[in-house]
Amino acid sequence: MPFVINPYDEWYALVRALELKEANLAEKVTLIHVGLADSEATIRKGFALGADDAVRIDAESPDAYFVAEQIGTYAKSNGYDLILVGKETINYNGSSVGAMVAGVLDLPFVSLATKLDVAGNKATVEHEIDGGTQVVECELPMVISCAKGMAEQRIPNMRGIMAARTKPLQVIPATGNAALTSIKSYAVNPGRTTCKMITEDNLDELVHLLHTEAKVI
Amino acid sequence: MSVLVYTEINKGRVKKSSLESVNYAAKIAELTGSTVTAFVNNADAAQLEEIGKAGATKILSAKVDNLNADNMLISAAVEQAAKAEGAKVIVFAFDITGKGVAPRLAAKLKAGLVAGAVDYPVVNGAALEVKKNVFSGKATAVYTINSDVKVISLLPNSFPVKLGENKASVSDFSVDLSSVKSRITIKETKSNQVGGMVPLPEAELVVSAGRGLKGPENWGLVEDLAKVLGATTACSRPVADMHWRPHHEHVGQTGVAIRPNLYIAIGISGAIQHLAGVNGSKTIVVINNDKEAPFFKSADYGIVGDAFSILPKLTEAVKKFKANQN
Repeated sequence: MPFVINPYDEWYALVRALELKEANLAEKVTLIHVGLADSEATIRKGFALGADDAVRIDAESPDAYFVAEQIGTYAKSNGYDLILVGKETINYNGSSVGAMVAGVLDLPFVSLATKLDVAGNKATVEHEIDGGTQVVECELPMVISCAKGMAEQRIPNMRGIMAARTKPLQVIPATGNAALTSIKSYAVNPGRTTCKMITEDNLDELVHLLHTEAKVI
Repeated sequence: MSVLVYTEINKGRVKKSSLESVNYAAKIAELTGSTVTAFVNNADAAQLEEIGKAGATKILSAKVDNLNADNMLISAAVEQAAKAEGAKVIVFAFDITGKGVAPRLAAKLKAGLVAGAVDYPVVNGAALEVKKNVFSGKATAVYTINSDVKVISLLPNSFPVKLGENKASVSDFSVDLSSVKSRITIKETKSNQVGGMVPLPEAELVVSAGRGLKGPENWGLVEDLAKVLGATTACSRPVADMHWRPHHEHVGQTGVAIRPNLYIAIGISGAIQHLAGVNGSKTIVVINNDKEAPFFKSADYGIVGDAFSILPKLTEAVKKFKANQN
């Protein structure tokens, strides 16, 4: 089965980071990943898009806390100003790693960012809040989770694909604590089995069913 | 030992997701033989009463200006409440605040987190086993939380809110935020709320439309149906991308994920990315002129036909039903 970079990480976080570099607002874009060697082909896709270098923490990623601690430890000792993550992963949908990295490093965290601009040492971020949007300013360093609106998906070009082969991918061992949670079992959600078809001239029946059968109105 | 639950006041009322969280925390307290303490900031007497009715045995009532300006501040306040109460389980709603605060606090406390629980935990010795949705709602996974302190955030609309007798004792809780290095300054806040309409993540009834509506000028038909139902309007991704409707109405994988009791989808084909955001809905009604539309496979009720003739008739049918109810 071919694996991909989590789309929110790739389309929004990575592409916006590359745009900041292209606008000379960032010096370097580093990819960080916690996983085993079989993920290196996927990391190289990030190189093809334009990332400068990558770090792979050589461990399975058992839970969000384990991953966040690895990322936090590396980011701290290497002095990154901006840590961008996708709003969630499409497999576990936990929306957790970004805020956990911020917790590990005691850094500000802005979630669900739809716009990000950087001027000098200050970031201006537009993000979603309950019932609206908000623009905030924050001095770097900080952690931001990126949502739709931040950037547009890119397709790697031939030059990027060629360059990807030789970019530096550092592998370092995991440190710190063990995972705090584990997955005991999975189950497939039963889908809907039958769709009751109603004709257009029988909409009173639909309303009746929504009331008596589905009990939702 | 107690179960601590974070509750929040938004636009003058206790958030629905917070009341659900208090109910949920009360159930965990029952399962683990402990009590429920709710933390709330800037609540008035009526709001404290409501939190009590949702099942809190004790309420820590804080008065901090601008606590919500930075999730770092909320996290520090809840951490202090957790320490004061000796809380072993901390409950949040898996809403925008909960997504920003719960993971940060969990990391600080080295507490295992389950983000987006859909069912009550099972107690297994010192561990809790918690079910949550994975793969965008296509499957569920049972997580075991092994750490001493445990954090759980509850997916909104997983359980209906139940209110009972208020037995809560209220104590003022002073929060010390002097050591928190908040650096976030709010420059501008814009509301996207439409007067009288329930916000989309909290809505129990949602009427949503897609490209089949042919243009933004036709949305009156959708709004008419939503109005008679008391529903909130939503839309598919192409509709938001074409700026027919505002982005915050976009439901689906990249937009808002919702799980209302009733989701009516009009002129939406049912792409997998759209389903990922709505397949948790209790009942789905699909209206589409293409009988092969994939959405019918994920629907409870379907109508094949022209939305422009069906919508006014359905609105009338709902009106008639409502009139008969009164």
